[in-house]
Amino acid sequence: MLLNQFLLLAAALFAIGVYGVLARRNGVLVLMSIELILNAVNINLVAFSAVRATVGGEIFALFIIAVAAAEVGVGLAMVLLLYRNRRSIDLAGIDQLRG
Amino acid sequence: MSVELLTLAFERPPIDWHAFAPEITLLCVGVLITLVDIVFLERARPYTAALAGLGVLATLIPILTLALDGADRTMFGGAYVVDDFALVTKAIFLLAGYVVILLSTNYVAEGDYWENEYYGLLLASLMGMVMMASSRDLISIFVALELLSIPAYLMVAWRKRDLRSNEAGLKYYLMGVFASAVMLYGMSLLFGVAGSTQLSHIADALVGAGPSVAVITMGIVFVVAGFAFKVSAAPFHTWAPDVYVGAPTPVTAFLAVASKAAGFVALLQLVYVGFYARPEVFEPLVWILAAVSMTVGNLIALRQTDLVRLMAYSGIAQTGFIIAPLAVAGHSGAIGDQALSAVVTYLAVYAAMNLGAFAVIITLARRSGSTEIGSFSGAFHYAPAMTVAMTIFFGSLAGIPPLGGWFAKFEVFRVLATAGEPWGYALAVIAAVNAVIALYYYAAVLLKMWAEDAPEGDHRPVPFTPSLTSALVICGGVTLLFGVVPQVVARFTDVSLLALGG
Repeated sequence: MLLNQFLLLAAALFAIGVYGVLARRNGVLVLMSIELILNAVNINLVAFSAVRATVGGEIFALFIIAVAAAEVGVGLAMVLLLYRNRRSIDLAGIDQLRG
Repeated sequence: MSVELLTLAFERPPIDWHAFAPEITLLCVGVLITLVDIVFLERARPYTAALAGLGVLATLIPILTLALDGADRTMFGGAYVVDDFALVTKAIFLLAGYVVILLSTNYVAEGDYWENEYYGLLLASLMGMVMMASSRDLISIFVALELLSIPAYLMVAWRKRDLRSNEAGLKYYLMGVFASAVMLYGMSLLFGVAGSTQLSHIADALVGAGPSVAVITMGIVFVVAGFAFKVSAAPFHTWAPDVYVGAPTPVTAFLAVASKAAGFVALLQLVYVGFYARPEVFEPLVWILAAVSMTVGNLIALRQTDLVRLMAYSGIAQTGFIIAPLAVAGHSGAIGDQALSAVVTYLAVYAAMNLGAFAVIITLARRSGSTEIGSFSGAFHYAPAMTVAMTIFFGSLAGIPPLGGWFAKFEVFRVLATAGEPWGYALAVIAAVNAVIALYYYAAVLLKMWAEDAPEGDHRPVPFTPSLTSALVICGGVTLLFGVVPQVVARFTDVSLLALGG
């Protein structure tokens, strides 16, 4: 069945995204990894939606795309803020708070 | 011609304006505050906090009329429901939001930061929570979650020239976005199983689905894990202490109470309306989250030297208590209903006592400029009223009768015991041991405040403001009310979601 290929692609993208979030130390690259996870979700939703012949999944995917844009806007603003104050977006360097 | 076809095909769903009145009121006040800020700039500063507070109180009016009306209202084919559960949790969110506004007044602007937009964001976040209480559909849950989270990311990073606030904001943002991405992956799997985003349809699909058990399990685990981040349940709690310390303290209070309660409300709706047919999946998951959160939170809280960080770990432990009844919720319908009202009761009491404790911390820390536990010692000598209030709130958090926290903990134990399951008893024992551990660190702080002398003999009185005093009165009143006359207030939290879920 064709659905399996889409689900495997989405699972692979999800795994790559999770790896990126956990392993990357650059703020922008972590944001891109999160985008990968969200796109894995979109592929899942659209594939399921096509197989089940409903539009619910596509609508959900549209919502995710729109909200993700707002989220990334906030995220880039925060990375920019960090860059202004520290001249670096290396996440390993932010360790003011610990205990 | 195609336009004509489209207009023919689209039929506007009937909208119940009365049911939407709370959301619309909040939205209007939020927009009004933004406009006032744009037009009057700095001149508006003395009025924005009052305007936001009045707006939140005005939002309680439609909630009251809806509650008096009493009928359950269902919109968009069941995606958006206004029932007793939704109304009670909406009222909790709004009262918590009102107290946070009282705490924020004049505080956020300290250090020359802009204060007006802050209230706009706070109201937007509150609107997300109010929406969350009614969402019975994956899409509306997702939109409500993001609407409440995105303003919160900005509020945490409010002190934009302070590196600690930057760091807290970025950590909270990355953790929050990652958690919602994982949650969405779980939601996409559940959509695949059910072919619908509506929770009641998912519930129907979960009853029958035999061959796709693995997909269902993965979906439920990912969704619950995503919300475990939001409510800072261990092992997904690592962001909480750093974010709590780095954020401005009123924002910390907001995250610790309102945002956490919204996560619980979403979790309750998912479990009761969506996953109730699969107790073998969600019960062990919740059991582990509850046991680990209580134990880890309490043990790490024991060796904290900063009071806000201690509150963060105590909040993680309280999360374990709040979530515990869900571990036996699937036993039977009656136990499920009891578990639900135990969780809602705990949320209401937790909101009051935790916000009250933060109000005291904010007042005292403003004077000394430090949140180290040592800087609170001897508070009885210069702020006796504050010390008494702190004793009420910490005693309630520790679960000492006759305070509200005692009643909330009692309800949790009662549900765990009446289920009559071995793992229910086991969790009750773990909870009882943890309640004793928690008593130790709460008492240690209180002992310092009552018995020791102030550092360097500094006995200046604390600056009292009307807004902080009213916040303390509201929180203290609710905390005492729940403890002294529980049977009266328990009527409000006696709600059910199961009738809807079928």
